[in-house]
Amino acid sequence: MKRLLLGMLLLLMVGHTLAEAPLPGASVYQLDVVLTDQEGRDGYWADRRGQVQLVSMFYTSCSMVCPMIVDTMKLTAQAVRAPGRAPLNVLLVSFDPTRDTVPVLHDYAQRRQLPAPRWTLARTASPTAARQLAAVLGLQYRQLPDGDFNHSSELILLDADGRIVARTNVIGRVDPEFVQAIERTLADK
Amino acid sequence: MRAVPILAALLAGFPAAAAEYAALPAAVFNSVLPADGIAASARIAAFAMRIEPVTNAQYLAFVQTHPAWRKGSVPAALADEGYLSHWASASAPGDQALPEQPVTRVSWFAAQAYCESEQARLPTWYEWEYAAAADAQHADARADPQWRERVLSWYGRPSGAALANVGGAADVHGIRDLNGLVWEWVDDFNALLVSADSRDQNGADTMKFCGAGAVTMQQKENYATLMRVAMLSALKASDTTRTLGFRCVRPL
Repeated sequence: MKRLLLGMLLLLMVGHTLAEAPLPGASVYQLDVVLTDQEGRDGYWADRRGQVQLVSMFYTSCSMVCPMIVDTMKLTAQAVRAPGRAPLNVLLVSFDPTRDTVPVLHDYAQRRQLPAPRWTLARTASPTAARQLAAVLGLQYRQLPDGDFNHSSELILLDADGRIVARTNVIGRVDPEFVQAIERTLADK
Repeated sequence: MRAVPILAALLAGFPAAAAEYAALPAAVFNSVLPADGIAASARIAAFAMRIEPVTNAQYLAFVQTHPAWRKGSVPAALADEGYLSHWASASAPGDQALPEQPVTRVSWFAAQAYCESEQARLPTWYEWEYAAAADAQHADARADPQWRERVLSWYGRPSGAALANVGGAADVHGIRDLNGLVWEWVDDFNALLVSADSRDQNGADTMKFCGAGAVTMQQKENYATLMRVAMLSALKASDTTRTLGFRCVRPL
């Protein structure tokens, strides 16, 4: 436990040092948005700077491709060979902040066995902020009259400064090229 | 607080009257993009729309009070390198961007921020399409061959020509320049989900989208509007182009 705390402290310090360098213009963290995670903690989107991570958007009531997106993220994270490095962090942000409240995200994470802190399920404060986040990530979605969403299914790899390094729309299996991109990015960090 | 943009605009030598908005009644509208991807009409609540697109003079007043959006200050993630590139400088648009011409070369993020500064937002595609369906006599003139002709003849005009000033003929709602001046951003440009190439909707690529299947486009004869959908859905939020501007809407 002590070691874990120390590790977290170290991570915070590293994150802090990085945050002092100017953010690259192309960084998705240039967007000013607040996210709330499955534990109800608020944080700036840009606070995720400092970690290589896998990002996608989803909504919990989706019964079609979304469960496959989550599975593909699991498989992809498992396929990464990065000896001596912390496991890859994964972030899923909801298209549907109206229905995906904190308790709903919390339940979903438990049901799908997505352990914190490696997995973050988050919501924005408003549908507008969700649309901005999707726009900066290059994801498309549209709400249908019955409340469902049509949306693009893509996994996006962000480097520690929030640059989009790679993306894949291979869903349902691991995309080997994408995994290689993750391994290279982790090694560069 | 309100006096600040006006003062800034006066200093810059441009008049900056408060933007004028006109009301549009609530409607059940047959969009080229069915609401459910099959055939459902869109339900549109009443709203007010800017009667003209945002001009260079108005945009200048905005960047003077919102320096984060000045030419040269915006990060690449929020606007590409073409952002206001036809402006002579950050504080003086110059000969290539006259005060009454619509502002163009602005990204979706920039357009959104501008509308927010006017206590407004970008229109949704449905709101925009509904407003643009009007002519001088009818709220929905789309079945009129002349309406289509007018829209298409604008598409056919050479794109190198200088943009006209805002202030074209008013439609039945009192709104101007929806067709025939510039393309305009909509809030949900990344929601239209229609690929310019319909083959993308088949086979392996169907997995690209999750949900109730690919959206089909209705009213195939209305290709004037479908071309606009194709153009908008091909954009990224940071893109800027010489002929793409915007206007804002407010709820009523």
